[in-house]
Amino acid sequence: MEIILSIAIGVMTTCGVWLLLRPRTYQVIIGLSMLSYAVNLFIFGVGGVKTNVPPLLGDDVVTSTLADPVPQALVLTAIVIGFATTALFLVVLLASRGLTGTDHVDGRGDRK
Amino acid sequence: MNGWAHHLIIAPVLLPLAAAAVLLFIDERSRMTKGLVSSAAALLLVVVSFVLFRIESGPNDFEGVYLLGNWMAPFGIVLVLDALSALMLLLTSLLGLAALVYSLARWHTVGAHFHTMFQLLLMGVNGAFLTGDLFNLFVFFEVMLAASYGLLLHGSGPLRVKAGMHYIAVNLAAALLFLIGVSLIYGTTGTLNMADLAARIPDIEPDRRMLMEAGAGVLGIAFLIKAGMWPLCFWLPTAYSAASAPVAGVFAILSKLGIYVILRLTMLLFGDGPSAGFGANVLLYGGIATLAFGIIGVLASQALGRLAGFSVLVSSGTLLMVLGINDGAVSSGALLYLVSSTLTIGAFFMLIELVERGQDAGANVLAVTMEAYGDADADEPEEGDGVTMPGTMAILGTCFAACGILLAGLPPLSGFVAKFAMLSAMMGTGAIGVPPTAAVWTLVVLVILSGVASLIAMTRAGIRTFWGSIEGTVPRVLVIEIVPVMFLLGLTLLLTIQAGPAMQYMDTTIRTLATPSTYIDAVKNATVISDYDDKPKTSTEGAD
Repeated sequence: MEIILSIAIGVMTTCGVWLLLRPRTYQVIIGLSMLSYAVNLFIFGVGGVKTNVPPLLGDDVVTSTLADPVPQALVLTAIVIGFATTALFLVVLLASRGLTGTDHVDGRGDRK
Repeated sequence: MNGWAHHLIIAPVLLPLAAAAVLLFIDERSRMTKGLVSSAAALLLVVVSFVLFRIESGPNDFEGVYLLGNWMAPFGIVLVLDALSALMLLLTSLLGLAALVYSLARWHTVGAHFHTMFQLLLMGVNGAFLTGDLFNLFVFFEVMLAASYGLLLHGSGPLRVKAGMHYIAVNLAAALLFLIGVSLIYGTTGTLNMADLAARIPDIEPDRRMLMEAGAGVLGIAFLIKAGMWPLCFWLPTAYSAASAPVAGVFAILSKLGIYVILRLTMLLFGDGPSAGFGANVLLYGGIATLAFGIIGVLASQALGRLAGFSVLVSSGTLLMVLGINDGAVSSGALLYLVSSTLTIGAFFMLIELVERGQDAGANVLAVTMEAYGDADADEPEEGDGVTMPGTMAILGTCFAACGILLAGLPPLSGFVAKFAMLSAMMGTGAIGVPPTAAVWTLVVLVILSGVASLIAMTRAGIRTFWGSIEGTVPRVLVIEIVPVMFLLGLTLLLTIQAGPAMQYMDTTIRTLATPSTYIDAVKNATVISDYDDKPKTSTEGAD
């Protein structure tokens, strides 16, 4: 399971960085979204990958065997913030599209 | 605990938040009310920061650790007020007040929700200065960034939207790096509380240490992007010069926020132990490169806005270099330089707009390079009402000259005092733990060169603006616009006159930072308030 998770993070990061460096704003925003998914999975992963051990305290539960709840809380915050900033970026993208008439990141038209 | 004063620690976060919320309810058309509420909040913030600063610099042992929700230190989130954060809070609030008053003349009319975003920006910056928790730092950083995106776009126009888009893309990527760094650090140490981290880092087993250092490195890059270290700085001059004047003025503190976090974390986490001095070389050589790039940029700038943008880089480069040397006396000089340069650059950004007003946009810029900047600002705000400044050109010229003197680091203003403190400390580093002399000499030469470059650039710009204009159009400047600029420049004058006590404060600050155990013990020993009924109910800030 660790290997699948790492491959998923790696592939998404690669795609994200590639898209981030592209000259079209739409590609940039998809790249940023990809990257943020990868980062969210990464945060989730640093707590250690465990199945079927929810962080619920009982009388005879050893805490070290439980899943770590902190990364889960962090990832939730990161998702919310990432979602909001992506939405904001989308608005700027549309504004730029409206002002320049092109979706190039520098506002230039197509140059062959 | 010191009763109500203790709850005052959270006021710099709550006050702008409350003001921002109230401002949302006021109709956009009643600008005067909005402006008044916003400035009242900013003024109150100055008072609060000043009180906190006085308490912190006072002789009594004030406990600056605030436990949010009354949870014990490593479990709950803490706010920590120490000498450094008190200083930064005061600086932020003063700069914020000046920029806000300046915007009341005309800039706050060109778009919606200016004041709300401004207050949220102040909240984010204050929170980032106060927090003692890495993830909480991320949250405040994002609050600050989200507000800064809106503020940068304030006024709209193709130029701003283009610069804003680059700024947002760069900062979103930086925020992701921030998260990777934080989670790596959490994965290896199991804590996010900065004091707890500092206590745990010396005991990490060697095979995990590398991972922790990688995390710290990635985290550092996120802040270096904010501080504008070369080669992560190409967005900065464009974004800062595209922003409207009051926004650019308050943005001067944002790059210093990056510097602050790097200073705080390196001193706290990598002060001693096996990871001591981690990243110092990156800061040193990165700082040198940044300063060199900034010098070239300052000399090459044709528009005043870009000149100011590159001055930010010069200031960042100098500070990063000094952090790289990590010498006590040099650092305290650098702290004075940080305060002085923030005030100067903030004032300079606001002054530029006044000076360039009435001139043909881009008159000073060669036609060839005009294309690189894009078209001139499409929608200038309409002229505001109010008292016009008499003797406009004389006052503008004096302020401009003061900015030039401050940027170049010439006597008699505080730029000189700060640079002198740094340089004399650098020359005096003959004791233990000295960096190689060659590096120190490079620094000395570069710092002096940066002063010369600023002087040349400012003189050239001043001649062209004040003496070279043939038509002699006098810009219409309101009192409310020039007073904030003069206020900020007056503060540098105060800093010069009070250089002795100021240096003493900086020295104490650096000495406290150099002994991380003070910070760690303060956080660890912060006691939970067991019974609230014993406390005087004079403050409303306690209701978190």
